[in-house]
Amino acid sequence: MYNISEVAFYGLSTLAIFSALMVVFSRNPVHSVLYLVVCFFAISGHFLLLNAQFLFVVNIIVYAGAIMVLFLFTIMMLNLNRESEPHKNIILKLAAVVSGCLLLLVLVAALKGAETTTAMPIDAIKDPNIGLVKNLGKELFTRFVLPFEISSILFIAAMVGTVMLGKKKLT
Amino acid sequence: MSTIFFLGYKTILVTMVWGISLLIAMYATLMERKLAGFLQDRLGPDRAGPFGIFQPLMDGGKLFFKEEIIPNDSNKFLFILGPSLAMFTACMTSAVIPWGPDLNLFGHTIPLQIADINIGVLFVFGVVSLGVYGVMIGGWASNNKYSLLGAVRASSQMISYELAMGLSLIAVLMMSQSLSVKEIVQQQHGINWNVFYQPLGFLIFIICAFAETNRAPFDLPECEAELVGGYHTEYSSMKLGFYLFAEYINMFVSSAFMAAVFFGGYNFPFMDKIANGNLLAILGVAVFFAKIFFFIFVFMWVRWTLPRFRYDQLMKLGWQILIPLSVINILLTGGAIMLKNL
Repeated sequence: MYNISEVAFYGLSTLAIFSALMVVFSRNPVHSVLYLVVCFFAISGHFLLLNAQFLFVVNIIVYAGAIMVLFLFTIMMLNLNRESEPHKNIILKLAAVVSGCLLLLVLVAALKGAETTTAMPIDAIKDPNIGLVKNLGKELFTRFVLPFEISSILFIAAMVGTVMLGKKKLT
Repeated sequence: MSTIFFLGYKTILVTMVWGISLLIAMYATLMERKLAGFLQDRLGPDRAGPFGIFQPLMDGGKLFFKEEIIPNDSNKFLFILGPSLAMFTACMTSAVIPWGPDLNLFGHTIPLQIADINIGVLFVFGVVSLGVYGVMIGGWASNNKYSLLGAVRASSQMISYELAMGLSLIAVLMMSQSLSVKEIVQQQHGINWNVFYQPLGFLIFIICAFAETNRAPFDLPECEAELVGGYHTEYSSMKLGFYLFAEYINMFVSSAFMAAVFFGGYNFPFMDKIANGNLLAILGVAVFFAKIFFFIFVFMWVRWTLPRFRYDQLMKLGWQILIPLSVINILLTGGAIMLKNL
């Protein structure tokens, strides 16, 4: 007899992997984006299983609600189809396959044994309520305040870059 | 509390909330037309039953029996998914709204809220941000340029106003120190309502709520002079009905949310004088619904009073006025909290 969180875990994982594969295999780019949204939902569900409610809802708001909407926007406006797609030659495709496999190799090698050695402080992981808003906020603004602020600088840089690119040339 | 009892009353509560949302949305259409009639010095619908009371039933029946047209060049699956998603997201938000104080029945305490999750406010935002998909998918799947333009307008408007909406709520959250809607409502006991501390935040929030529900004066997505019919140009029969209906449900739910977060929810002055818990609960629900109806009335009043914005004015209002104002509001609130704690 499985318990309910185990069933949910396998269900969500299957859904996540299936939708991730469909992102790659669908012919229609709009379908790909919608499968990616489903994939994000499945991953958010995993956050919920880990008792990280804040991450769950923020993942949905930011990824499914904001970023993917902009993706959908772009793809709908460009209206991509087979004719307008740039044709790539065979060498380029081969290079893409090889580099993809290499990336997979590096990821597997890096994640091998990751469950035993972690970079995170152990006591932060031990607390099962770390995913709740209050605890997460306290950790972010005390112990991890420097990385947190640095990542916000990254966002500002991206925003300034967007404004620079989007601005009309005066003259 | 036994599991069966828990599941039983939750099922009843969910069904009731769902049914009441649909019923209110249905009669909001009649209320809207009656009000429009009043504001324009005419009668409004009065043929079906006394005072036109059966008009929503007639309209619903008409929509169900109309011919269903799915354009040949459309993407069939997504074409049907669009209105379904619009209805789905519209009905989901009501899960975290506390409808009244706890009831005591048969020796059990029954909270009148479907789910008291400790991230209630963020849940509402999550669902609101998903509401864009119904419109976008429907508009794109119709394979019609007017639909697509309407969908793009609607979604860019919704995304833009979500930001100011979130920022205006942050000031409230700073005061309440909680993301649970129930706790926010409980803190506004009596007449200690948030609107007295956050008048600017409330003003920004209600403007954004108009924009999020695509209601006038921000109903550009269905600007018929420029866009034929907006994102639902190609829809007919009940699929069109679902889009229109989702707007009314959204209006009801956002009225409920505003009443809960800014106007004290089920709290009313001198509520401590009532000793009987169940009487208090029933009165609380009645007061809450009175507040909701007031906001629905405001939605309609504004619609039939103000003309539509131009698109660039809409974007300018959202990005250059409301967002800076809400940031100033956050700074002011932070300053006030700091002064209080000195």
